[in-house]
Amino acid sequence: MSEQVIPVPALTRKDFVSDQEVRWCPGCGDYAILAQMQRIAPELGLPREKIVFISGIGCSSRFPYYMNTYGIHSIHGRAPTLATGLNIVDPELQIWVVTGDGDGLSIGGNHLVHCVRRNVNLNILLFNNRIYGLTKGQYSPTSLPGHRTKSSPMGSIEQSFNPISVALGAEGTFIARTVDVYAKHMGEILRQSAKHQGTSFVEIYQNCIIFNQHAWEHVTDAQVRDDNVLYLEHGKPMVFGKNRDKGIRLVGLTPEVVALGDGITEDDLLVHDAHAEDPTLAWMLSRMEPPHFPVPIGIFRSIQKPTYADMLLKQGEAARAKRGAGDLRKLFRDADTWEITELAEVGAAGSNGGGNGR
Amino acid sequence: MSETSIGPAAETSQGFLEELESVAIRFAGDSGDGIQSVGTQFTNTSAVLGNDISTFPDFPAEIRAPAGTLAGVSGFQVNISSSDIHTPGDAPQVLVAFNPAALKANLPDLEKGGTIIINRDEFTPGNLKKANYATNPIEDDSLARYRVLQVPLTTLNRHALAEMEGLGAKDKDRCRNFFALGLIFWMYDRSLDTTLQWIEDKFGKKPEVAKANTTSLKAGYFYGETTETFRTRYRVGKFDVPPGVYRKITGNEAAVLGWVTAAHKAEKTLFYGSYPITPASDILHELAALKNFDVRTFQAEDEIAAIGATIGAAFGGALALTGTSGPGICLKSEAMNLAIVLELPLVVADVQRGGPSTGLPTKTEQSDLLQVMFGRNGESPIVVIAPCSPADCFTMAIESMRLAVRAMTPVVYLSDGYLANSSEPWRIPDPDDIPAIEVEHRTDPEHFAPYLRDEVTLGRPWVVPGTPKMEHRIGGLEKQDGTGNVSYSAHDHDHMVKLRAEKVQRLQNTIPEQTVFGPEQGDLLVIGWGGTYGSLRSAVAAAQAKGHSVAHAHIRYLNPFPRNLGSLMSRYKQVLVAELNLGQLALLINGKFGMKVQQLNKVEGRPFKISEVLRKIEELV
Repeated sequence: MSEQVIPVPALTRKDFVSDQEVRWCPGCGDYAILAQMQRIAPELGLPREKIVFISGIGCSSRFPYYMNTYGIHSIHGRAPTLATGLNIVDPELQIWVVTGDGDGLSIGGNHLVHCVRRNVNLNILLFNNRIYGLTKGQYSPTSLPGHRTKSSPMGSIEQSFNPISVALGAEGTFIARTVDVYAKHMGEILRQSAKHQGTSFVEIYQNCIIFNQHAWEHVTDAQVRDDNVLYLEHGKPMVFGKNRDKGIRLVGLTPEVVALGDGITEDDLLVHDAHAEDPTLAWMLSRMEPPHFPVPIGIFRSIQKPTYADMLLKQGEAARAKRGAGDLRKLFRDADTWEITELAEVGAAGSNGGGNGR
Repeated sequence: MSETSIGPAAETSQGFLEELESVAIRFAGDSGDGIQSVGTQFTNTSAVLGNDISTFPDFPAEIRAPAGTLAGVSGFQVNISSSDIHTPGDAPQVLVAFNPAALKANLPDLEKGGTIIINRDEFTPGNLKKANYATNPIEDDSLARYRVLQVPLTTLNRHALAEMEGLGAKDKDRCRNFFALGLIFWMYDRSLDTTLQWIEDKFGKKPEVAKANTTSLKAGYFYGETTETFRTRYRVGKFDVPPGVYRKITGNEAAVLGWVTAAHKAEKTLFYGSYPITPASDILHELAALKNFDVRTFQAEDEIAAIGATIGAAFGGALALTGTSGPGICLKSEAMNLAIVLELPLVVADVQRGGPSTGLPTKTEQSDLLQVMFGRNGESPIVVIAPCSPADCFTMAIESMRLAVRAMTPVVYLSDGYLANSSEPWRIPDPDDIPAIEVEHRTDPEHFAPYLRDEVTLGRPWVVPGTPKMEHRIGGLEKQDGTGNVSYSAHDHDHMVKLRAEKVQRLQNTIPEQTVFGPEQGDLLVIGWGGTYGSLRSAVAAAQAKGHSVAHAHIRYLNPFPRNLGSLMSRYKQVLVAELNLGQLALLINGKFGMKVQQLNKVEGRPFKISEVLRKIEELV
């Protein structure tokens, strides 16, 4: 008798839309990110039940409620910790950590950095809007110095974090940046992030329409964006500009922007190498921003290193190969033992050569 | 139990041999002197010979304080007995002091008229100064009340090892503790076999070291045998116990075995998320060494990450556990609250130590009860249980998992430094006799909702990610029961707060009733919890022997309490709650039962002495 094959219907975008009404402010950049995620989720090659979204606290962190997958809305800054425990217990799940500049780089900075360092196989999406949105407008660790907010009425006196630099400092194996309104680009970055084995860290420039409206205008305003954005492509020279007439060149250790033509060709330009073991190039790129440089977007770094769960489970296998599978009876007796079979006969009769016990 | 002589000393060719019911010996010296090793060897041998044993190591907080100083003194007390003992002894009868600092630090605890064995060679002007002795105590008459045996330990040991040319003076000195041990073995009529075997097993790969230790051990034994200094030897007989195979076990070891057993029998991964902290770190070490079982340990970057990972692991379907001490509980409180509202099963083990703040890392206390009951925002009910002895740590570890899974809620497991490190004999159970915890993961999507209720337990379904068609989201915001949808409505909040409280309360139906040791009603009920069991049991037994109408109830389930606790307490004229804090269980009992209990409180970083409990009992009856 032949087996009846029931065709499994392919997943569609709709399968990933939950029954919850989305409550972000109209015009919030999070809608675009959600839309992209729902669009590419069917293409991730996994059954829906294998996908998990874990968030902390913040506008970003409402994300799991709107994805029809397994999800946890946890506590401020701690999503990477729950995700790590879940990954250790079931490495087959595809885990997405959704966080923001406050949740991920302020209270959660410690956990984010260690998760990246451990190369836990999961994807961190950091929605960077350079402000605290949910709590209504305080400055964040990525707010620019001088930014006036409710808690910094005379301007922020703090240097800001650069999330890409932080991820590099944390030994990140996959580090990328995209922009909420770059739909196609983001879709591709999400796909690549999911494919990567190890921690994928993605910074998403996200617009908070209510509390920090103009934060990313330089990369979203059609008039200026082409001159302010450098699309990183592995193996290709670094060219940018509306007319693709500008490039990045290295002079000694210092990058500089040059105009093509007048004897300068693409051959003189820095070629992107996303797979370099050495993080120096990626670091250099992470420091680039207006006014002197375009903002690099795309994949800064993508290298292969063993993942945390891989190594842990390999140790489990090695332990079983060496000592055999766990045996409770043996375990209980793994100590000096003695047996009582009958009533007492006192002492050791003064000899030190007699047996133990009786 | 004091050093009770059982009969007149029998004269033998080797002097007198006196039968003792029990004796408590304290070994004390520099942290570098191998005190723990000596104490452990004496204990192991005594256990193998069939004595009941109870031990208590006393570590200094610093890893290695300057040699010879008071801060560097390390101690190990062992009580051996032919009858049932529950504590390492109020006061040792014998003090083996390896240097002046050890004598200074421990003399106040020695029983009046007790025996002191000292290493005479260490009583040098330099060492006396380090120990703040103005005059030499073995030359002035400050030790007149004690029986002092001066042994030139260093000299004798070096002579014994004279033939081992490869060994320098320092290496020879390192074996001094075995010389002392050999001498004690002779005095207490112990066979050297167990220790000789241990030396061979441990130092087999270094024959020089093994030979040196063996030589020292035997030399000490023969020294006792051949000199006239020790005319009287002592014998402590076998303790009558049910037949079986026994081993010595500490509370931390037992807890580890319990959790591994629970997971193994349920065919579940055991996940342990932790950050090193005294006195819980050994749990991490032992579990990390059990990878051949499906035990996955995670040394997190901090206490919060440890419990965060534990929550994630529970969501993933593992039997999940995090362990720490008091300061770590402070850090974990927010995440414990998340687990309470996510309604996931996990165990939070608190091996309590002296507080508050950094406090006394290596000293015992039981002052975290109110913290674990109430130290979180909102109405935050949590299950709390507490083992009462090292061996009970095994039973209650399994129980902690059973309750967590049944009610889909976190369980706090309250141990303490004393339980963690002290040891007692444990009759090794047959793993097949231990019931497996029933774990059910719903896979039926029909009418599924993440916060549906089990009629009996009020627990919600434990659905593991990867289960098709049951995708759902859970979170820390308040929710509507059943659907789990975020809700701030008055009705939903009121309902959920009360439901979470009721869910914990209903565990009363599945935990045993409280039992008492002694009369079912009477003049006084002594109540305790946690590691004070031994002291309280011994004191109450002594009071009963004197004819007093007193019983002992040791509570192992602190939230919810056993269902009969109220009615039980009402059968006694007075209730005394004895605890190593300023009255935390007393506050709970007074509050919940409308009583005003008597209190015996101690916050010295050490256990109750049987005598001080007995004194309080006699004050009250």
